[in-house]
Amino acid sequence: MLAYIIRRVFQSIIVLLAVGLVAFSMFRFVGDPIEQLLGQERTVQDVERLREALGLNDPFPVQYAKFLGRAATGDFGISYRQSRPVAEIIAERAPATLELAFVSGVLALGFGIGLGVFTAIRRDGWAANIIMSASLIGVSLPTFLIGILLIYLFGVQLRWLPTFGRGDVVDLGWWTTGFLTSSGLKSLILPSITLGLFQMTLIMRLVRSEMLEVLRQDYIRFARARGLSAKAVNFRHALKNTMIPVITVTGLQLGAIIAFAIITETVFQWPGVGLLFINAVQFVDIPVMAAYLMLISVMFVMINLLVDILYVWVDPRLRIDGRHS
Amino acid sequence: MLRTTAILTILAMTAGAASAETLRWARAGDSLTLDPHAQNEGPTHTLAHQIYEPLIIRDVTGAFEPALATEWAPSESDPNVWTFKLRPDVTFHDGAAFTAEDVVFSFNRAKSEFSAMKELLTSIVEIRAVDDLTVEFVTDGPNPILPSNFTNLFVMDSGWAEANGVVDVQNIAEGETTFAATNANGTGPFTLTSREPDVKTVLDQNPNYWGMEQFPMDVTRIEYTPIQNAATRVAALLSGEVDFIQDVPVQDLDRVNGTDGLVVKTAPQNRVIFLGMNMGAADLERDSVDGANPFADVRVRRAMNMAINRDAIQQVVMRGQSQPAGMIAPPFVNGWTEALDAVSPADVEGAKALLAEAGYADGFTVQLDCPNDRYVNDEAICQAVAGMLGQIGITINLNAQSKALHFPLIQNDQTDFYLLGWGVPTYDSEYIFNFLVHTKEGDRGSWNPTGFSDADVDAKIVGLASQTDLDARNADVAAIWDVVQEQQLYLPLHHQVLNWGMTDAVGTEVSPEDDPKFKHFTMN
Repeated sequence: MLAYIIRRVFQSIIVLLAVGLVAFSMFRFVGDPIEQLLGQERTVQDVERLREALGLNDPFPVQYAKFLGRAATGDFGISYRQSRPVAEIIAERAPATLELAFVSGVLALGFGIGLGVFTAIRRDGWAANIIMSASLIGVSLPTFLIGILLIYLFGVQLRWLPTFGRGDVVDLGWWTTGFLTSSGLKSLILPSITLGLFQMTLIMRLVRSEMLEVLRQDYIRFARARGLSAKAVNFRHALKNTMIPVITVTGLQLGAIIAFAIITETVFQWPGVGLLFINAVQFVDIPVMAAYLMLISVMFVMINLLVDILYVWVDPRLRIDGRHS
Repeated sequence: MLRTTAILTILAMTAGAASAETLRWARAGDSLTLDPHAQNEGPTHTLAHQIYEPLIIRDVTGAFEPALATEWAPSESDPNVWTFKLRPDVTFHDGAAFTAEDVVFSFNRAKSEFSAMKELLTSIVEIRAVDDLTVEFVTDGPNPILPSNFTNLFVMDSGWAEANGVVDVQNIAEGETTFAATNANGTGPFTLTSREPDVKTVLDQNPNYWGMEQFPMDVTRIEYTPIQNAATRVAALLSGEVDFIQDVPVQDLDRVNGTDGLVVKTAPQNRVIFLGMNMGAADLERDSVDGANPFADVRVRRAMNMAINRDAIQQVVMRGQSQPAGMIAPPFVNGWTEALDAVSPADVEGAKALLAEAGYADGFTVQLDCPNDRYVNDEAICQAVAGMLGQIGITINLNAQSKALHFPLIQNDQTDFYLLGWGVPTYDSEYIFNFLVHTKEGDRGSWNPTGFSDADVDAKIVGLASQTDLDARNADVAAIWDVVQEQQLYLPLHHQVLNWGMTDAVGTEVSPEDDPKFKHFTMN
């Protein structure tokens, strides 16, 4: 077991290094940060001096090695755009993204499981059919379009909800939260629906098909035959057995919610790390891009690692396979 | 009882609203730093203008307006000296008195190595305080247009800078962050209350401002939120969550104008959009002609100029939001004339004939490099131009990409044919000539990748800096423009137009620099 985990950790580190190397080799295609840093009046000498000072004249493996060396000591460099330490900026922005991801995750899971069970039990009912058809919208419409439609309807036409930003936030010192003010809570509604809609429909369809599968099993039939209530059959026996694949997918989707918050954050001007990354790409802010990409890959690698370890824990057969290979 | 309390509360609220006018302001980008000398960039200067002040500012028409200086003139005894009289009884936000010594300190700071403003001050050799309210600027030769370089040069308190360790400019290149980058102490009409970069900045009116009686000063609080996405920005204005946005996309103008309580105000911007061609190379790398450079022939450049239908670009691509241009100077710039800026209608037959005369009857193929995120509808403009040049047989391979990739092509002479926009902060043609017309060498011509080089023109451009006789200087400016037009150095397209969207309570005109100064705003 321990050997298996150590091997997985080792593989994870190699994945991280590879992601970083690919990221650094791509940065040159994003453009030249000098253009953004110096004004229209700059001279050729200014440009050369700055290129040298920023280490942009180094080949990219050298730039990457320097980045790794500093990152190992917790120093992610200074943002070109904001002239502040990248670690500080990301720490400042992370609460906004994490709160948004949390709310959309809860929405996606709650509604996804609830509607999934409902549409499985009432598979031929008209309500279930309407929900299933509507869920196609969630799967097929792009996020930015959903966001803009919601803004137009609830922000501009009905004026019920704010169109942008996070509202008033409460600063707890190490964390800023929008959960404690009414404007903060209102501001969360539209972006979290936008971000969670895809995940919700995904979970719903997964739960539904798993449920349909399980409901056909013999033990459900026997449970019914024994005269157990429908509630007990559906929720205690059927739902429980559909949860294993749902948990796996949800775990991975949580990573996706955080990583793909970029579009939702741009549409709603949500001050999280996704918007920070978009700004960094436009400004060619290499330190911020590098730190963000590394952070996201660390997150995905960690989630995968946890899932792998969970599998081993759940399924003893994997342990034996691990020893053989 | 309860009702009485409620009525009293409402009364108290309305009374408060009459005296306190919050302006919620949004634009696409945020200021990059609060250090007034660390960045030479539009949004950064716009925010700084509310907190700090230069000696002189430009009003909404582009004319000089006294700020920290009350009067200025070249010295009568020495043509190399400009004397500025400073405004008395001005204090910084922290209460320190404003004196000549602060001006000397600030200009020396702006001339220092890490300053982004130093290129505007290269002609200054010494700044000296004559007395508490008089400053003299000594230049390396007579400089008749020196004051026009000062409109974005902000004055800091030398005592505050020393106390907080910010005597040196924030070194952006080294990624330095300083006290001055996140704190501010100016003499301006608003004080900094809070700031979260990219999220929200709050400014409150400075009750001790020297101009309280002189300007409307109706705005008592500013809440500044950058909103990047254009659709979200417009939605925020439509839903009443912001009062004033600086950049309304052209496709949303009718929508904003058609909404009750909202208006769009429009004015020409200090920015001209044009095309440049590499005429200096012996052979172009990205064209279909071997062993020759079609752009080297002035007839080809003229034919291209004749083929471009500027009115069509204005109507179709820009939806009316541009002014067709015949020269690459915005209308308020010294040296601009109506005759030079006049646009003749497109003449496809004439252009074809001229092209045939130059030996390219069958046309040729060339690559056009274009940004897609810098100017209003930049990529669409290039597509339109490609179609128009196609009519005379010139096939365009369009290469549209991000500004971060496009501008290095111009910088490194890696483009044959490109789109560029240019603003003139000094309102004088010399600025255009220095960057776009002079041969690319030394400190000049850094934005001139065309290969155009004329020793006579270069000498005239260099001479402008020290020409004291304004009539002779204007004659030289006109002579240089004649060469630029005669040689068809550039293909001017149009002057960009600015659109500010606001609620009808906000009263302001649009400034050509796109830098609102909120002390001028009225609120009804």
